[in-house]
Amino acid sequence: MSDTLFMYPEYEVVRDYDKCIACRVCERQCANEVHSYDPDLKKMLADSTKCVNCHRCVCLCPTHALKIVKSDDTYKINGNWNNQTINEVYRQAGTGGVLLSSMGTPKPYPVYWDKMLVNASQVTNPSIDPLREPMETAVYLGKKNAKIERDEKGKLKDTLPPQLKLSVPVMFSAMSYGSISYNAHESLARAAEELGIYYNTGEGGLHKDFYKYGKNTIVQVASGRFGVFKDYLETAAAIEIKMGQGAKPGIGGHLPGSKITDAVSTTRMIPKGVDAISPAPHHDIYSIEDLRQLVYSLKEATGYKKPVIVKIAAVHNCAAIASGIARSGADIIAIDGFRGGTGAAPTRIRDNVGIPIELALASVDTRLREEGIRDNVSIVAAGSVRSAADLVKAIALGADACYIGTAALLSLGCHLCRSCHQGKCNWGIATQVPELVKRLNPEVGYKRLVNLVTAWKHELQEMMGGMGINSVEALRGNRLMLRGIGLTEKELSVLGIRHAGE
Amino acid sequence: MKRIYVEEKWCLGCHLCEYECAYANSGIADMVKALKGKDIFPRIQVEDGEGVHFAVNCRHCSDPICVKSCIAGALSREEDGMVIIDQDKCVGCYTCVMVCPYGAIMPAEGGKVAQKCMLCTDNQMNGEPNCVKNCPNRAIVFEERG
Amino acid sequence: MKYVIIGNSTAALYAVEGIRSVDKKGKIAIISDEKHAAYGRPLISYYLYGKIDMEHIAYRPADFYEKTGAELILGERAVKIEAQEKKVVLQSGKKVSYDKLLVATGSRPFVPPMGGLDGVENKFSFMNLDDALSLERALSPEKDVLIVGAGLIGLKCMEGILGRCRSVTVIDLADRILPSILDEGGAAFVQKQLEKKGVRFILKDSAAKFEQNVAYTKNGEKIPFDILVVAVGVRPNTELVKDAGGEVARGIVTDDGQRTSIPDVFAAGDNCESFDISSGTRRILALLPNAALQGECAGVNMAGGDAHFTNAVPMNAIGFFGSHIATAGVYEGECFEDIAPDHYKKLFYKDDRLKGYILIDCIGRAGIYTSLIRNQTPLSSVDFELLKKSPALMAFSAAAREDKLARRQ
Repeated sequence: MSDTLFMYPEYEVVRDYDKCIACRVCERQCANEVHSYDPDLKKMLADSTKCVNCHRCVCLCPTHALKIVKSDDTYKINGNWNNQTINEVYRQAGTGGVLLSSMGTPKPYPVYWDKMLVNASQVTNPSIDPLREPMETAVYLGKKNAKIERDEKGKLKDTLPPQLKLSVPVMFSAMSYGSISYNAHESLARAAEELGIYYNTGEGGLHKDFYKYGKNTIVQVASGRFGVFKDYLETAAAIEIKMGQGAKPGIGGHLPGSKITDAVSTTRMIPKGVDAISPAPHHDIYSIEDLRQLVYSLKEATGYKKPVIVKIAAVHNCAAIASGIARSGADIIAIDGFRGGTGAAPTRIRDNVGIPIELALASVDTRLREEGIRDNVSIVAAGSVRSAADLVKAIALGADACYIGTAALLSLGCHLCRSCHQGKCNWGIATQVPELVKRLNPEVGYKRLVNLVTAWKHELQEMMGGMGINSVEALRGNRLMLRGIGLTEKELSVLGIRHAGE
Repeated sequence: MKRIYVEEKWCLGCHLCEYECAYANSGIADMVKALKGKDIFPRIQVEDGEGVHFAVNCRHCSDPICVKSCIAGALSREEDGMVIIDQDKCVGCYTCVMVCPYGAIMPAEGGKVAQKCMLCTDNQMNGEPNCVKNCPNRAIVFEERG
Repeated sequence: MKYVIIGNSTAALYAVEGIRSVDKKGKIAIISDEKHAAYGRPLISYYLYGKIDMEHIAYRPADFYEKTGAELILGERAVKIEAQEKKVVLQSGKKVSYDKLLVATGSRPFVPPMGGLDGVENKFSFMNLDDALSLERALSPEKDVLIVGAGLIGLKCMEGILGRCRSVTVIDLADRILPSILDEGGAAFVQKQLEKKGVRFILKDSAAKFEQNVAYTKNGEKIPFDILVVAVGVRPNTELVKDAGGEVARGIVTDDGQRTSIPDVFAAGDNCESFDISSGTRRILALLPNAALQGECAGVNMAGGDAHFTNAVPMNAIGFFGSHIATAGVYEGECFEDIAPDHYKKLFYKDDRLKGYILIDCIGRAGIYTSLIRNQTPLSSVDFELLKKSPALMAFSAAAREDKLARRQ
């Protein structure tokens, strides 16, 4: 029995027939087969039940004859049982399965970025014009707890552990080859290289074609250990141990067999066509001590030349966990907030598990400072950093840099239809279907990524200049530059900021 | 000279270029008015195969056999290398169609004369090829190549 | 260096361009017995048909001769080549000396002996603009026209005048129309179209004798007419070269650089032979594209360049009243046919090569087929099954396509 028997489509494809020239571009571009041409009616038709609202047709329609609107069909108004909730029940009653969804949670949880305001200089502390004066956006990630040591001749010894240099405090989040396409990966890799930043392989291994971008690559070691071997570790600039992910804390990754093509299977070193399920925990890590073993195993394997990152999901006790990680030998902690994206996650987990990055970041930074180990690690914040303003606020809350995933995908064309798990991404990003993959020309994609980060860099400089700050280093953890708006005492205290007007 | 080159690898077979070409050469400012309810006769044509698509239009050969075959002297090569057709001189014998190894010259709407891509120098686009401009995936590019 | 070109049509003009691609300065003289600047010779039927006017009939822009620095000697017939002295003798007695000479004299109508032909008052050939202009003067809506010859020239003439006279009858000894380019099926297909337009065909018969405005055929038919057009065939103008001691077979014999056997004398166009790559034989290919390619090759070599013309292909694009025919190569080997009421298609192939084709009302992208013949492309290297359906670059390998579409040509 079809789901549609119970459900009216959530979105409707609306065609302005006065404008439609029946060029059929919409039909050719929709992998969900929404559009069709009827030769008898000499008209384009649309089946809204198949539409995922990815806007591919809308964007490519040369006469702008299409739009997709939220259906105004509604079940009987019910403050408790809204359409979405009811539909999810219908869906599960039809399938008997766990609901899957993609990208970050769309639920209207508080976004603390939007409840914080940034300071600017007036009169007594001059602002800086980034067009006329130097404005440093480069940051170094890694342990800063070097000891001052001298050799016999009295010269300073270099005891600084390995660092990652970023020209802008932004990196592309872990997105595996498999969950996203070859061309998406190429775009990210090339952009990272051109920008002087890093992208992250996710738990998908590293395609042999991309080894040449190694110095801008962070490779991930996750619970499934997919694609991990000597060359993989040696090629990378840094190694990230993924303990958890913001969109689905507490569970492992799941790549459906349909996405495991020949190349994905080779890269991940797993059988073709079989679901790739990474375990919820690392089966060799049940304590900080265990984590430390893996951290040092990886360092040992790579001659202590590369920083090791430990990535965790932002959860209730993340400050305590981070404290442990900072003592585990890791160089960098990445914290992924619960609004972070994913290629596929059980809906209930995505929408209900974890905490916002803003609160997690503030509490981790505070805790590490209190314990005097803040310099043991750098902190990378992730999980819905949407703009340069979010970036500035994250740095002021204590982040050394941010990971961006969703924003990067948006610049590649993603329209947040949240259907990645279906593998039919019309924008050529979250798919392995060759006909769809080719829709993302990396030549176009990488330039858009470069543009995005470059634009953010300019905005970052402008905002810092306004505060009279001329380097990211000087902004980091400078919570005096933030004021809360409309926040409770408790929220302000977790964030460690004052309220606007104070 | 700058020519149009087609990167098969990136062609999606969306056929937008054909419509953008027909629009560019319609002489009508509005695309809907230009194309609605009409058959189109674009100068660029997309070939579709199993997972393979590519657009074909005039290559502007440096040694153009169409020009040498034209019985009316209607086809010629400009000094900058562009191969052009003077439709006032064309008699529609289609010898050019018979010799073009790319299949890039075709009868114009009405079937009385031949037509070919002139890189949008002869229409409202002022020399900015409209197929290139509107290709969603940079599968058609306009550039100088050795 | 002084270049002299006898003839002022396609081969001659391309020779001028060929010369100028190598030698920007040498003197060029063009001798022609016609008084017009070069025009598209096949356009004469289109002129009568009303598809082109005198203003647009010129083959090159008006400043062509000036720009290329070619001196025109019009209305003068070259009557002799003095190869030793390197001079061309004109009918007026004047002599023009040359360093390099191109004989691009084309062909002339062949008029077979037919009794009483001399007594026919309104009789015309259909080879050049003057022929067309005099025929035009004779035409009027109440006149009946008899065309002897159902070949390319006869039928293009027919198309040109059908709407300008009362009737057109075409007679030919052959068993079908356009026998030089069409097989029986194709000829029947086109004949049916033309008969629908009102043309009368008398085939396998010939005009045996004329009595003023009546033709009597061999089979005993009596055809009254007002205007007679004789378009039986053409003969190459080879005499200048032959008389000067040059080698002539069916046409003037040249090497692949268009050199005749006489030193410094070149030949190009309808008066000389080409190597037909589709049949592998030397033959006259009286086609405009061929004349252009030969002329250009000759010009380059006259100026000291090194050009070779080795891949001539017989081909014809011709059409009547909006229908279109394209043919090429030879009709040998296996045949793929696709025949329907609205189109007629035959592809001939042998030894892994496309040898020839006949396309009627399905000529789109025919050049892709022609290129297979011209380039002797092995059919095993392309998707011939796809090509049978329609000419497409998809049939080539991805590498070949990249070469065609992503590289400079």
